[in-house]
Amino acid sequence: MTNPEPRPVLQVRNISKKLGGKQILQGVSFELRKRELKVLIGPSGGGKSTLLQCINFLIPPDEGEIFLKGQEIHIHRKRDLYAYRQKVGMIFQDFNLFDHLNALDNVSIALRKVKKMTKTAARDRAVVELERVGIGDKAELYPSQLSGGQKQRVSIARALAMDPEVMLLDEPTSALDPELIGEVLTVIRNLAQDGMTMIMATHQIGFIRALADEILFMQEGKIIEQGTPFDLLMPGKNSRTQAFCSKLQELSEEPDI
Amino acid sequence: MEWDFIVKELIPALNRGVANTFLLIIPSASIGLCVGVLVGTVRTFGHPLLKRIGDGYAALFRGTPLVIQLFVLYFGLPNLGIYLEPYVAAVVGFILCTGAYQSEYVRGALLSIRRGQMLATQALGFSTFQSLVWIIVPQALRRALPGCGNEIIYLIKYSSLAYIITFIELTGEGKILATRHFRFTEVFLSIGIYYLIMVTAADFGLKKLEKKLYIPGFGRG
Ligand SMILES: Nc1ncnc2c1ncn2[C@@H]1O[C@H](COP(=O)(O)OP(=O)(O)OP(=O)(O)O)[C@@H](O)[C@H]1O
Ligand SMILES: [Mg+2]
Repeated sequence: MTNPEPRPVLQVRNISKKLGGKQILQGVSFELRKRELKVLIGPSGGGKSTLLQCINFLIPPDEGEIFLKGQEIHIHRKRDLYAYRQKVGMIFQDFNLFDHLNALDNVSIALRKVKKMTKTAARDRAVVELERVGIGDKAELYPSQLSGGQKQRVSIARALAMDPEVMLLDEPTSALDPELIGEVLTVIRNLAQDGMTMIMATHQIGFIRALADEILFMQEGKIIEQGTPFDLLMPGKNSRTQAFCSKLQELSEEPDI
Repeated sequence: MEWDFIVKELIPALNRGVANTFLLIIPSASIGLCVGVLVGTVRTFGHPLLKRIGDGYAALFRGTPLVIQLFVLYFGLPNLGIYLEPYVAAVVGFILCTGAYQSEYVRGALLSIRRGQMLATQALGFSTFQSLVWIIVPQALRRALPGCGNEIIYLIKYSSLAYIITFIELTGEGKILATRHFRFTEVFLSIGIYYLIMVTAADFGLKKLEKKLYIPGFGRG
């Protein structure tokens, strides 16, 4: 009663980052509770990708703190950092599948080499995850033999196999042809419904409306607006987010999911 | 008379020589390639200090003639109290020289691997070492293979320089024989054929390896 909210899974506090002499992130903070899906939107160059990469220290932040389940992560404690990254799944805009490995090995390699699972256990797990994203039949194919949508689904399977506490998704559908966006969004929607904790940069408004718990609108390295889709996107709300989204919608027809 | 010379003198001498050539090439090529992979990786991803040492090594051994390197190893080191057998001096010289060139091919290939590959490994919790061993280097080696193979073929030919520091291999045996019998044309033509056969076989092996390592769609990017 006194403390109804569970402790956040991920806390991001006051992250700042300067790149090439320019202040890209200026004190960004937010929290993710278990099963929450938060969405980052905003104009290109606003710092969404930089923020997501700061969260798992692919880009080391200049300032700020990051906590996973209350535990602060220190970039210089390499062991802790690697363990932390295993618990934070990342999905890239351009997939970044390992080009020399087939779909199955793309999913199983980190299980074998990082988690030190046996070959058979890793393989079995990889098969389960590939089936979960609907491409169990493509296990033997190499990245160049897969469509964009299939590649992104392999990359989601690869992240899921690590049993992440949180997933970071950086515009997972924006490199895809329009007819392939739906299959990837369906997978992500299923994850959300299974209770995966996620922060996702995306401009898929239909998806955001239906599934986001909160929208974080980012511009010039700051979160300048945040709220539920209902708060920010209802007609007549007159928010920056609303204006940005209606412009987006004018520019593109979005497939239904 | 002609055939007598070829069968009784030339071929046995050249076979003796070619056996020694193999003794030079096999360790030099294999250890040299390992040196190249290691040094190339350090030059690309290593600690800044190690990187400079690697760069210095490659600059030194690519920047001086192999003959000079062999002379220094064989005639120069004794001044420091280090005496190397001709064979050892030759193999060490070849390894250092070919390793420097191999490191250049490997470095080029490593630099061509898309940055996203490294990001993906890091995001999964690989250490830098793990991601090099399991992802980055295996990709780079496939890209570097044509260049590395070419270097091995060079090595087969420049292994003839061993005779200068008195290790008698194929060219050395031939030279002795030719001088003794004053039959330069037959002898050197035959030596040429021996090298051609070795290079052709190596080329065949390398092509086979390339095929074995082939991955659909990889290496065109
Ligand atoms: N390594 C770098 N050096 C200098 N500037 C950089 C670097 N990386 C990113 N930037 C700049 O940082 C800003 C934010 O980039 P970021 O990719 O985070 O934006 P974004 O919100 O993800 O945009 P998009 O919607 O286009 O993906 C951009 O202006 C970009 O040019
Ligand atoms: Mg971006």
